[in-house]
Amino acid sequence: MPANAFNGYTEYGIGIGLRVPHYRHILAKKPVVDWFEIISENFMVDGGRPLEVLDTILEQYRVVQHGVAIYFGSADKFDREHLKRLKRLVKYTKTPWLSDHLCWGSVDGRYTHDLLPMPYTFSVARHTAQKIKEARDFLEVPICVENVSSYAEYHASEMTEWEFLSEVVEQADCGILLDVNNIYVSSQNHSFDPYDYLNNIPHHRVGQIHIAGHSKFEKYILDTHDHPVLDPVWKMYAHAIKQVGNTATLLEWDDRIPSFDEVHHEALKANQFRDEQLVAAAK
Amino acid sequence: MKRSKPTNSETSNSLRPPSKISSHAELKELQRVMAGALFRPLTPQWGMQKRWTDGTLMKSVASQFIKPNDRLTSFERLEIYNRQYWFRVLDCLYDDYPGLRAIVGERKFMKLAKAYLTRYPSDSYTLRDLGNRLEKFLREEPEWCAPREGLTVDMARFEWAQVVAFDGPAKPTVTPDDILDTPPSKLKLGLQPYLSLLELNFAVDDFLIAVKKQESDILRGEASNAKDAAPETRSRRKRVRFPKQEKVYLAVHRHDNALYYKRLEQEEHAILTSLDRGATVEDACVEAVTASTRTNLDWPTQIKQWFDSWSKLGWFCHRS
Repeated sequence: MPANAFNGYTEYGIGIGLRVPHYRHILAKKPVVDWFEIISENFMVDGGRPLEVLDTILEQYRVVQHGVAIYFGSADKFDREHLKRLKRLVKYTKTPWLSDHLCWGSVDGRYTHDLLPMPYTFSVARHTAQKIKEARDFLEVPICVENVSSYAEYHASEMTEWEFLSEVVEQADCGILLDVNNIYVSSQNHSFDPYDYLNNIPHHRVGQIHIAGHSKFEKYILDTHDHPVLDPVWKMYAHAIKQVGNTATLLEWDDRIPSFDEVHHEALKANQFRDEQLVAAAK
Repeated sequence: MKRSKPTNSETSNSLRPPSKISSHAELKELQRVMAGALFRPLTPQWGMQKRWTDGTLMKSVASQFIKPNDRLTSFERLEIYNRQYWFRVLDCLYDDYPGLRAIVGERKFMKLAKAYLTRYPSDSYTLRDLGNRLEKFLREEPEWCAPREGLTVDMARFEWAQVVAFDGPAKPTVTPDDILDTPPSKLKLGLQPYLSLLELNFAVDDFLIAVKKQESDILRGEASNAKDAAPETRSRRKRVRFPKQEKVYLAVHRHDNALYYKRLEQEEHAILTSLDRGATVEDACVEAVTASTRTNLDWPTQIKQWFDSWSKLGWFCHRS
């Protein structure tokens, strides 16, 4: 929904990810952008250039934090130092909501730096929801969890990915960062209908949407974030917007990053679908 | 930061994936097996190893917990993650250690990086810390540095110091007013945590500047249509000459959030190191001057100049 408890009752439009190759352009030209998404871990540092850039950005733009290393699904307990640093940043940026992935990525204090898929079982859903609640209580900010793209499934799974996502967010009473591209990538890799996914999640919990490009290989698709958004993903985005309303949307472009203007132009294509939705809603 | 003690992935040879995940313990078991598979080095052909740590066929282990699909076997699906892990961490070290690469050569660097990360998988949520035990590893396994052991370790220390200087913590600086009333015999000063003082046996700073210049010249050449930018020139390019052995004292720091490295006199390095260890200003200076072999120097003037310069650079903070 456009504004809900999971995105801090905000009505943000189209945002783009704040990335190093664009710093100079943004700081010098101050382009009009509705909001920037920052990768939390890149700014959970103690000083130096990253924080200087963040200061300047915060003076002029709205910022939302997106994390890649909380690992709600890891069996390990949270790294308290990580959470403390994250909380400091949350207070600093005043992010209206915070997102991270529905995945795991570390075990026994060792980190894979990847977003690894969960086994979709009821026991794991309970464990994951508990950790999301624990993080939200500590960080004191609404949390949206993002569905990841995946290349493998476990024999142990007892339900579909969208059933698992629904189970987790209902138990944790948290939001969803709906990554439409990730749904598409996983649907191709695991041979399911992506619209079944879109149609069967709790739409009222969607606080934000991600769109991105991907790369097709002979036997699978990789979520590479190094291309413009492809047509099937735009179609899914249009469908998602019809279901959840005009929700804060962000284009991810993390590799082979083109000029700022090109990335921004690609992101703003989402407006076309949002406008159609507004017209439909007005009828 | 407290963390559980990392275990070597090669010691996990009794791990087997659980058949169901209905408890926290089973989830942990699954994650240990999967992480163990990811942390295992790739084959020279960049594929997943054919056998698990206990000698069992990896395709059999993978099929116990990963579903195949109509295009990929369980082994191939797990292999995607194994490859992604290594590509990601190797890319990161590759970017952070251009000087080390230039010393040992690109091919050997990749082997060194694989050996390092196999022994010391990442213990931090941020890739920024990936090289935090590289110096330790090179001292433990000097064969990776041969025949330039000293130069390689010096460069690893220098390049890690740059990571620290880039975004390490800064404390409020000490102002002249803060210390006005304290005599040098009582005055103790702290150094900024982002500042690293290095005593080196090779001029790795000059070497790294030359390496980066060469890399940037090559990039410029590749970006243009000039005839000499053809790919074959890359393989024919001259290696930057290795530095000769000489004592070098360096401060790696930042100023106005830009990274710098500054050559120090031996006595400067000695004073700063003593201050960092908790000596008073007076003791640090006396010790450095007494140990110095330089004569005919107006030490009071020289030391005042150094302190003025360090102070302007913001290196002093209160001791915690």
